[in-house]
Amino acid sequence: MESRKVEQVEVDVKFGAKLSFNRTGIMTNPELSAELIQGAKETIPSSKGDATQIAAHRAEYMNDVLPIGSPPVVMENGEEAPEGSLPDHLGGPLLLDKLGERLAFERQGTRLYEAFLKKIEALALVDGSGPSVEDLQHICEQELEHFTLLQKIITGMGADATVQTPSADIAGVLSHGILQIVTDPRTTIAQTLQAMLNAELADNDGWEMLQGLAAELGQKDLEEQCQRAFEEEQEHLKKVRGWLLSMTLDEATAMEADEEVVEDDGGEANDKMEQPSKGRNKRRKKSAKSSGPSKGRKKRKK
Amino acid sequence: MSLELMKEKGIPLDKQKFDWRDIVRMPTSKLDDDALTRVRIILMNGIESEALRFQHACARMNKELQLALARVRRIEQHQQTMINWMLPADLSPLETTIGFEQVAIEVTASVAQHEPDPYLAQVYRFGLLEDFDHMYRFAALMDRVSGRDANNILQSYSDILPGRPTSVEHRAPEDDLRECYDRNKAQPISKLNAVTIMGGEHQTHDYYMTIGPMFADPVARQLYAEIASIEEQHVTQYESIIDPEETWLEKWLMHEAAEIYNYYSCLQYETNSRVKSIWERFVDYELGHLHYVLAVFRKFDKRDPDEIIPESLPEPIEYKSHREYVRKVLAAEVNLRARGKQIIRKEEETPDSPSVLYRQQMNSNGSPSEIVAAGYKWKPGTELAQETPDIKKLQKKVA
Repeated sequence: MESRKVEQVEVDVKFGAKLSFNRTGIMTNPELSAELIQGAKETIPSSKGDATQIAAHRAEYMNDVLPIGSPPVVMENGEEAPEGSLPDHLGGPLLLDKLGERLAFERQGTRLYEAFLKKIEALALVDGSGPSVEDLQHICEQELEHFTLLQKIITGMGADATVQTPSADIAGVLSHGILQIVTDPRTTIAQTLQAMLNAELADNDGWEMLQGLAAELGQKDLEEQCQRAFEEEQEHLKKVRGWLLSMTLDEATAMEADEEVVEDDGGEANDKMEQPSKGRNKRRKKSAKSSGPSKGRKKRKK
Repeated sequence: MSLELMKEKGIPLDKQKFDWRDIVRMPTSKLDDDALTRVRIILMNGIESEALRFQHACARMNKELQLALARVRRIEQHQQTMINWMLPADLSPLETTIGFEQVAIEVTASVAQHEPDPYLAQVYRFGLLEDFDHMYRFAALMDRVSGRDANNILQSYSDILPGRPTSVEHRAPEDDLRECYDRNKAQPISKLNAVTIMGGEHQTHDYYMTIGPMFADPVARQLYAEIASIEEQHVTQYESIIDPEETWLEKWLMHEAAEIYNYYSCLQYETNSRVKSIWERFVDYELGHLHYVLAVFRKFDKRDPDEIIPESLPEPIEYKSHREYVRKVLAAEVNLRARGKQIIRKEEETPDSPSVLYRQQMNSNGSPSEIVAAGYKWKPGTELAQETPDIKKLQKKVA
């Protein structure tokens, strides 16, 4: 126990007596790390081979050929509708599967933007290069419109819009991380935007693919509906990308400013470095209303 | 024809073998398999989990039984793994939670209807309405935070409605204990029911305690904290209905009998052939365990096990929608409360009673279950969905 105390003191001194700092790197505890590395180098594995064996075993399970789930079918009174209920030229189950995917994505997208919007409201940022409440409200409404549009399209085909299709399920698993980041009260606006960028990229490609599929199947009306939704999603992507870029650049500028303060006054700077993100939040709260990327850059130039 | 426990010997312990590939099979499908297959998988994981929990406790108190317990327990461990691993990776923790609450509703509803002791049946109905409410709260969470429809998991077997509000389920410990059955007078079905529901509730508690911190959303984290606390109360309630005067070996025998009873019930209803083969195999494994424990019982307890083990199994647990029954219980008993070991009417609860004071303290800084479901009404496709013509048509047809 005594020796551990001594080590702790050394670490604290080395990192400027800070209580909170990132401990994940190998250099955090150099002496312990040296022992760890030495031990690992001397390891004799209990079995021969390399990482490819994991993939080989995974492949072996694939022989069981069990899918995630079946594509949706048109049901009538709890039974599969007779052949021809959903015209073959609609691409049938494949089209329903992909429509179900977009529906699930847009519905979750609505909840994601609702959560994002509340985060912006809670932080009460009066300015900055990030999105405003109104910006997010607008996108959120469009996500909801897309969801209800898809409900109408699917039910219009005689299918059940409440079905969780295999592609919808896959999209749900994929977006789990996005949901975790957006609903985590600890994440910053920039981190949330990073998550939303992933969502918008997937959503854009999803609509583009759906539009292409509709065109391929000769579904003119559907193609046009997808085209309109795709255009709106392109706008979302452009905005999210812009906000993220601006906020990242703002962050870099703020860090530069922090460094300048460090040079001016070492003691005060140490205090600020303990909670860097809080410092920047304060600064952003002071500044004016906002929102687009260009405005953010202008401010930096000043 | 029901299984005759003393005649059917099952598979002897030394013939019960596994390997890792056998244990870890391709899982069931979240989308394609019947919701009641998932219900059975979740319950049987809980039953095996209870087997391990009991056997460990028993081993800590009975040195002479330790080897026998270790032998049986190793097999139970692998049975539990095989069953639990039948759940697929795309079933999220929240979706699994919906499955857990469906178990608590549909299995408890079946048990309550088959329970011959009126007091015990009342206790099951009391717990049922609380788990029923948990389903509603978790469904609201799923809808409002992740934009998903809980009915994709429930497949319309179970209602999504408020029960006894979770916020009033918080009780002082003295109001969670119940009267126990009398080991010498209770019918075998009462003993099997108690082990089954206790096992199911205990694993629910443990599951929520494991996954609660995996959620980022603070209300989700609070809701799991709140409902896990109620599940702990439920474990307290259900373990208290079991006669503590039963000997360790008597309890072990009843656990093994309950496992057979549950696997046998699952077998009667299973629609997935791959899962059915597991239930079939494990009925035989559990019969093997029972006869192994019977030999131990005869050696140490020096009694005739016929006094304890029923000749044949009672009617199996019914895996179906118990909607009508649950709604009837809901209408009649939602306003019940507990005082000591008795179930009382809400009006009989005094403002200074220990449970009221405890509840006020726990909810003094807000109630997660009320926050998450404020104004919530489930709709097909989530509350964001519009009512489509097919849904309107469906409603007209039902009306």
